[in-house]
Amino acid sequence: MGLWLLLAVNSITLGGLLFLLSAGFSLIFGLMKIPNLAHGSFFMLGAYLATSLIAHGVGFWPAALVAGLGVAVFGGIVERLVLRRLAGAELAQVLVTLGLSFMVADVCLMVWTGDPIRIDTPPALRGATAVMGFGFPTYRLAISVIAVVFAAGLWLLLDRTRLGAMIRAGVDDPAMARVAGIRVSRLFTIVFCLGAWLAGFAGVMGGPILSVYPGLDGEMLPLALVVVILGGSGSLVGSLVGSVIVGFLYNFGQAMFPELAYVVLFLPMLLVLVVRPQGLFGRTAA
Amino acid sequence: MKRVALAVALAALATVPLWVPGTFYVNIASQILLYAIFALGINVLAGYAGLVSLGHAGLFGIAAYTGAKILTGGSGHLTGVAAALAVTVLAAAVFAVLALRGTGLGFVMITVALGQIVWGVAYRWISLTNGDNGISVTTRPSPLGLSLAAPRSFYWATCGVFLLALLSMAVFVRSPFGAAVRGTRDQPRRMNALGYHVWMIRFVAFLFSGLWTGVAGLLYLYYNQFVSPQAVALTASAEALLMVISGGTGTLLGPVVGAGLVVLIKNVASAYIERWNFVLGATFVVIVVFMPEGLVPGLARLARRAGARWRPPAVAVPAPPGGAGR
Repeated sequence: MGLWLLLAVNSITLGGLLFLLSAGFSLIFGLMKIPNLAHGSFFMLGAYLATSLIAHGVGFWPAALVAGLGVAVFGGIVERLVLRRLAGAELAQVLVTLGLSFMVADVCLMVWTGDPIRIDTPPALRGATAVMGFGFPTYRLAISVIAVVFAAGLWLLLDRTRLGAMIRAGVDDPAMARVAGIRVSRLFTIVFCLGAWLAGFAGVMGGPILSVYPGLDGEMLPLALVVVILGGSGSLVGSLVGSVIVGFLYNFGQAMFPELAYVVLFLPMLLVLVVRPQGLFGRTAA
Repeated sequence: MKRVALAVALAALATVPLWVPGTFYVNIASQILLYAIFALGINVLAGYAGLVSLGHAGLFGIAAYTGAKILTGGSGHLTGVAAALAVTVLAAAVFAVLALRGTGLGFVMITVALGQIVWGVAYRWISLTNGDNGISVTTRPSPLGLSLAAPRSFYWATCGVFLLALLSMAVFVRSPFGAAVRGTRDQPRRMNALGYHVWMIRFVAFLFSGLWTGVAGLLYLYYNQFVSPQAVALTASAEALLMVISGGTGTLLGPVVGAGLVVLIKNVASAYIERWNFVLGATFVVIVVFMPEGLVPGLARLARRAGARWRPPAVAVPAPPGGAGR
């Protein structure tokens, strides 16, 4: 019983991390119509930047925010200088993000070497918290709470603010949004930076659990892809539900069929594709 | 003129082991040709059908792993090759049924996922695939009693298979089926209205692409006499796609030129720096941003422009060699 409960908590934690990662991915995909294959690299880059900041004496939370900012700036540069040049050529944009992910991975290997680096859990969140008689790792509970807070924040941003309304308009019909006077190209930059920030921040949050190592980008990217295909692109609820599903599939798959963990993870996605190609919460086909 | 060029190219290809210095370069030539076959296979989809696959390393790996499993199980080379190709085409059919649920970016994402499943199986299902340690194959085949153990003889065998692949592509491009495939790329709705079964045409193109990908995977297995999850990774798919794109999608010779370019850069670059992946990524970005149509059409365009400048305008400019595809 305890084992199952622990697995469930781990699943929800991973789901929370994946939500932070895939919410940005999903927004970028929904608005710009490109799967950003460098999103896993943003995640890894954020974590690596934080390890350097923490090594220089910066605290965990400031490091997480600043590392996210660094990744957001990098994302903004990529969007402005490279993706903007290829506006309209979606396939070329995807290939460029793929090329960038290789470059980022190699630079990270060069700067931070190939050894895994662990980010220490912030002191306030070490140890276990007793809930209903069971002890849970405090940090994992904290990640779940953070994910919920971010989900609420993003929902407020998208549903209740002027910027959110503009983004939603851009997702639904970019041409009409332009005609209505919304500068969609600036939205692209904002959303890309926001997505990059979320991914970088998620990388730091994941540091104490996953640690940072070369190849982390390649492990997170397929997970984000599965989340978005399952949940449907451009949908916040889809990302949230997809993340939790993938979190559970991944952890329980690892525990029950360690050799087939990947198959367990991808099969439901293929099933959804066959039955409902636009994803569980998507409105139009991707 | 064209025939002379063809004869010269053929003679040059056939005599490579005689004029390159040393076995190192003979082996590189074999690598170029085997990757050219892989790139030609991808080009059927990415170039002519307009369906960009980032999961073809999965099919490549399925062929190599199936061959390796059967050979280490003690069966002969003929059984191994036949079974590996059959399994690969079957896998290609499964890939096609799933991936053809989408076109454009949906297709890209589904093929990424499918490729990652194969990678996950190769990496994690240790009792089947030996995980990260890979599988070694001790012998190369000796068709008609000719041993392929030496680099030279292996090159000639690869060259023969490569020419067969190139010939099949030329026939495919000129056939009515090839025209239909290009039609589904350019005007799927019109093709549908004209009574063509668009899905079936794409499906068959996928199988054709998968078959040559499988052949390349087997050659890879025999060349390295080893296969590991690295052959199945997303990087491998991206590398092969880069060959097609850098050379020129939808042209007959583009993938071959691209394969030569990538294999050479990879071997030359890795002799000087360790950072091959950075060079790969940077090449990708530069080519996509600055020469999106690829080297062969890009150079053909430059040559045409230069030719137009030097010759009186009345002379008809001959079509570039890659023009057949577009």
